[in-house]
Amino acid sequence: MTALATFKGGIHPPDKKDIAKGRAIKEAKSPQRVVIPLSQHLGAPCKPIVSIGQEVKKGEVLGEPGGFVSAPVHSSVSGKVIAIAEFPNAMGRMINSIVIENDGKEEWTSLKDNPDYIKLSSDELREKVKAAGIVGMGGAAFPTLVKLSPPKEKPIDTVILNGAECEPYLTADYRLMLEKSAEIVEGLKILMRILGVNKGFIGIENNKPDAIEKMKDAAKNEPNIEVCGLEVKYPQGAEKMLISALTGREVPPRGLPMDVRVVVQNVGTALAVYEAARYGKPLIERAVTVTGEGIKNPANLMVKIGTLISDIVEECGGFKDSAGKVVSGGPMMGFALSSLDVPVTKGTSGILVIPKEGFVHAEEYGPCIRCGRCIDICPMGLMPSMLSILSEKGHYEDAKEYNLFDCFECGSCAFVCPSKRPIVQLVRLAKSLVKP
Amino acid sequence: MADLKKEHELIVSVSPHIRDEETTSRIMWTVNLSLLPAFFLGFYFFGLKALFVTALCIISSVLSEYFFQKAVKKKLTVNDGSAFLTGLLLGMNLPPSLWSFNPFTIHVPIIGSVIAVVITKQFFGGLGYNIFNPALIGRAFVLISFPKAMTIWTEPTAAFLALDAKTTATPLGILKEDGLAKLIEVFGDKINLYAELFNGHRAGSIGETSVLALLIGAGFLLYKRYITWHIPISFLGTVAALAWIFGGKSPETGKMLLFAGDPLIHLLSGGLMLGAFFMATDYVTCPSVRKGQIVFGIGCGALTMLIRIKGGYPEGVMFAILLMNCFVPLIDRAMKSDVFGAVKEKKK
Repeated sequence: MTALATFKGGIHPPDKKDIAKGRAIKEAKSPQRVVIPLSQHLGAPCKPIVSIGQEVKKGEVLGEPGGFVSAPVHSSVSGKVIAIAEFPNAMGRMINSIVIENDGKEEWTSLKDNPDYIKLSSDELREKVKAAGIVGMGGAAFPTLVKLSPPKEKPIDTVILNGAECEPYLTADYRLMLEKSAEIVEGLKILMRILGVNKGFIGIENNKPDAIEKMKDAAKNEPNIEVCGLEVKYPQGAEKMLISALTGREVPPRGLPMDVRVVVQNVGTALAVYEAARYGKPLIERAVTVTGEGIKNPANLMVKIGTLISDIVEECGGFKDSAGKVVSGGPMMGFALSSLDVPVTKGTSGILVIPKEGFVHAEEYGPCIRCGRCIDICPMGLMPSMLSILSEKGHYEDAKEYNLFDCFECGSCAFVCPSKRPIVQLVRLAKSLVKP
Repeated sequence: MADLKKEHELIVSVSPHIRDEETTSRIMWTVNLSLLPAFFLGFYFFGLKALFVTALCIISSVLSEYFFQKAVKKKLTVNDGSAFLTGLLLGMNLPPSLWSFNPFTIHVPIIGSVIAVVITKQFFGGLGYNIFNPALIGRAFVLISFPKAMTIWTEPTAAFLALDAKTTATPLGILKEDGLAKLIEVFGDKINLYAELFNGHRAGSIGETSVLALLIGAGFLLYKRYITWHIPISFLGTVAALAWIFGGKSPETGKMLLFAGDPLIHLLSGGLMLGAFFMATDYVTCPSVRKGQIVFGIGCGALTMLIRIKGGYPEGVMFAILLMNCFVPLIDRAMKSDVFGAVKEKKK
């Protein structure tokens, strides 16, 4: 067998996917009310175009994009707008949001089936993606339209679908690949058509052999699409690592995938693109893994955007006594919640409940013993030990010499650190205090 | 929503939310463990004296760390195994003959330990901040302060008490003073010389003599990935190359004969194996980027051979590592890691 595609560095955390991987995606209960933040993506927040008291249908636009790097938001239920105000999001920031009381009728705005979607021009397809408010669903929530509109001087020759799902515990993408393989392949074809590209990869970590089989089967009549198994290693699903593994190209420091002629999209995003192109369906729901040792009934749910995490936890039977921490996203890069009354957004890939036991508290960390483990495993080839020391001592400017801004905060360094140093936190602190 | 009353108890912290099980103290205790085979062989060859000297070092190291941290009201970290390791390494680097009341020299291990832990480590900020390897500074200090006591070597009699073991010279001492022919004569023949050097049946510091036992410990550390090959191999490789090139002497004139040295004798003797695998690889005082470690290892090897061939001491490992410790900040600055994407795009 040939060596699996991979990158240099990386770590092997316990994958814990068994907790939820066997559970087929099921529709989550439609909540009584949804809280839809006007900023669920990187970039400019949306401008609200509805007013309090107004009746809205499912799929109706609530906010229009506030700029080019932005994406509209839509109502995920039918009902009445009862508030437009600031509500906390999963990261604890106050975000202007629209609250809709669900009337339970699930009335859609018009959805049209267009089976000939693949014949649409790339501009028409781009328009569909834009109208549907699609953003990257792997977690970063970067507006998809922007990635699909590269400047002329940056030609694209490859589209990569990211099915690595390298975060431990999470299984939503895995379930999507099993259950919606044909749709995902169609989504990739649409992305390739929009970009005028005839090479597509679907990269999947090798701990999901059944998903690889399914996707290979779904793509068997597509000579331009290659389904590749990847070595199981975190952060295999990081854009730059994935590109390096599949194409051998390295995105330059501070650069973007388009600098090496590649666009990467998550498999969930591809599904949303397909549904937008074919039905004109906006992005109002997404697959979310509810998992962890601290939740009673782990599940993979199709959740309406704006559903409060407290509703989902309740639907999954609530916490076990051991529950100590609730994370939005995966255990490596997710955010610990300070309140459960925050909404699921377009970028919420999972809700993870981890037990109290085994937590390392920030104040218990030791000095850097310069063991070099973090340097060996840093996928970006940085020296996290130096970054953490410089930041700890307040030498934030000096941290730039050690490529501070190339760090994408994957957390591998903090994972391996034997002194349990909060390296990611120290890096974020330095980043926030100096200009790139 | 009965469960949600727990909400106010939610733990909030920055990602990542899972951590590897490895801890600093587990690393330190594992390194201590890996030194045990070599220590036991020293104990076997040199008897109770070896045990007493080493125990004295460990006890004084741990106590000086404890009392220093108490005195300056720092967090107590004696359990992390690093003071124990400093004591163990220092003990293994001292001659067993230091356990002696006539002349009285048992203060030497104690002074070495206090210098190692208090001056070299704690004064610089404690674990992680010291520039020099603490055990080696401790040893260098007592070697310079008590030159006589530190150069009395006893025969490896393998007798348990061995209190009246005869004094003798180390193989490197004989090589330096009387040359290769004499060294071979002392050990019978060349094969026997290699064999005795390898199993450790020779005069020397307590833990440095048995190459076999040191390699067992080093193999364990390499297998556990607590150390990597970079420093030991570049260190040993440089020593072997330089020993071959410059280590030869003409038997008639006594002048240096190029490309005629015996690398094996230099590899197997002195504190080289102990130094290359257990002292030069000390995380805190070596470069943390792999390519910098190779430079560091080569520097250690070159300085070792410079001292062994041209210097006043028969052995140079300790000073070589200490001198290279000085260069670590420079090496670290000059040889940073390779940032992803900064190299030219590779074609696949």
